[in-house]
Amino acid sequence: MAKKLAEHNPGRKIFSSKIATTVVWFVTIIWTIPTLGLLITSFKGEKAILDQAWWTTLLHPSFTFANYKGVFLGDGSESLSAGVLPYFVNSIVITLPATIFPIVIATMAAYALAWIRFRGSDFLFFSIFALQVVPLQMALIPLLLLFTGGAHIGSIAIFPALGIAGKFAGIWLPHTMFALPLAIYLLHNFIAGLPRDLMEAAYVDGANHFTVFRRIVLPLAVPGIASIAIFQFLWVWNDLLVALTFASGTEEVAPINSKLASLVGQYGSGYTQLSAGAFITIAIPLIVFFSLQRYFVRGLLAGSVK
Amino acid sequence: MSNFLSVNVPKFTSAFSAIAIFFIVLGVIFTIAGRANGRKARPIALTIFLGPALILLLAGVVIPGVRTILFSFMNPDSNGWVGFANYQWMIEDPNVKVIMVNTILWILVVPLFTAALGLLLAVMLDRIKHESIPKSLLFMPMAISFVGASIIFKFVYEYNEPGEVQIGLLSAVVKFFGMTPSNWMLSKPLNTFLLMIIYVWTQMGFGMVILSAAIKGVPADIVEASALDGASGWRLFRNITFPMVKGTFIVVLATGVVGALKVFDIVRTMTGGNFSTNVLANEMYSQTFVQFDQGKGSALAVVLFLLVAPILIYNIKSLRKERTH
Repeated sequence: MAKKLAEHNPGRKIFSSKIATTVVWFVTIIWTIPTLGLLITSFKGEKAILDQAWWTTLLHPSFTFANYKGVFLGDGSESLSAGVLPYFVNSIVITLPATIFPIVIATMAAYALAWIRFRGSDFLFFSIFALQVVPLQMALIPLLLLFTGGAHIGSIAIFPALGIAGKFAGIWLPHTMFALPLAIYLLHNFIAGLPRDLMEAAYVDGANHFTVFRRIVLPLAVPGIASIAIFQFLWVWNDLLVALTFASGTEEVAPINSKLASLVGQYGSGYTQLSAGAFITIAIPLIVFFSLQRYFVRGLLAGSVK
Repeated sequence: MSNFLSVNVPKFTSAFSAIAIFFIVLGVIFTIAGRANGRKARPIALTIFLGPALILLLAGVVIPGVRTILFSFMNPDSNGWVGFANYQWMIEDPNVKVIMVNTILWILVVPLFTAALGLLLAVMLDRIKHESIPKSLLFMPMAISFVGASIIFKFVYEYNEPGEVQIGLLSAVVKFFGMTPSNWMLSKPLNTFLLMIIYVWTQMGFGMVILSAAIKGVPADIVEASALDGASGWRLFRNITFPMVKGTFIVVLATGVVGALKVFDIVRTMTGGNFSTNVLANEMYSQTFVQFDQGKGSALAVVLFLLVAPILIYNIKSLRKERTH
């Protein structure tokens, strides 16, 4: 309707559409060039990267897959002897559980807060909601201490050392914990909006909360869950702070993003490693972005307060 | 190859068995608890649905948050009280002054650019055909991690000695206009602004997309009525469109402030906080995990919390208001 109006009524036009088209495409090109530059660079040999700018290479194309092979499987250099493949695997091994656990736990909690009313349930919901304002940094040190040394009051251990520091579980757990306030809040919005008649009919038929949750809530909440899950997936995949704090940076557990960050500062790590490594790291988020754009946008907008 | 399998198969196994165990345990609990009926059924269901989340939030956010506040009044090893010494250090130390100045610069510059550019593009996108292609290209950097974005811009900011080929785009452009490129990451205070560009590059699309949605939500009849009254162009934008999307614009600004306060990955990856580019969140990490001073690290975290909390509260409130409209 708005579009129709604009066509009939030039008064609505703030900028003529010719200027608008020019400006938008100009900015779009500027916005895309850096990524394009990295992509082209990642297909050039080490010497070609140093001797020739990537836009010159476009005029004299000569490309190679050697960087990707070297970065993936190891190029024998000190900084990347075994390649990024183990870290890439770690990223997958970290991200899948760190997405599934918090989403399931948050969906359950959101259901309870929305449909099993009890005294103080509003207060509890508000408290969880308020926890969103606590930045990650506020929890890092005590949580790491809990994982390595347990908790003590004076010299009495009130909680044993979990012994999961530097293991995958030690990364899944913080991600799960930090994701909950936002995920519960967003899913609560969604689940509380399910049709009351439908839910009540099920309870009247004698269905218990577990059945209603599985048969009615889960299927109906799938779109909401999907967009929040995608957001969480990208958040974990792209995270650096949790990875640096809870994964020791070793090949055994560190995700590819933290490996990449360490490559930047490492003396002797070459441009070939950086460019190809960076592209391998951002490939997964970009695939998710372009294939699930609608969910992605919804999840990102909803989760923008994180 | 066999080595690769022997290392990585167990990793996948651990992930998938963790997921499987998680669902099996849930399934068993659901089945057993589902049998309960009568007066106990409700409390049992409540405990099972809500219990895990509450325990995790308590152990992972509430208790650690309180402990961090306590640690901020303690020595580096968190075993003796030092009063306000860590906060006093923040006020007096000249290095922290640089950090605070940089953090303030981030707060002032980044949100404004992200929101203003986002608004400009949102308004213009509303005016053009085939908006979905530029829109998704402009939004794409949001999917890229700050580390990935930093490396992309590391290549843009690359610098070589004069006389050599400039392979960095920025250096080449500067040279093209007859000026002398410099070693960008070492030139202060320019380097801080160059780091901000990375942030704006990744986050601008967010402002653009939600402002674009808000602009499309401006009722057509209002626009039509004021157009009949003779309003057009800039006046129409200033008097009608902008007031209608002002709430969203402020949310975008506030989100930018929070993001700028928490910026860590970019600074860590690009300069490590050196060359006078350090910021609050990076110093928090450095004090804690490089200097091993949990006291100062915790105090910095508390300051970050105190700065972020009011803005987030405002943001969540207005988002909520918007949703109920």
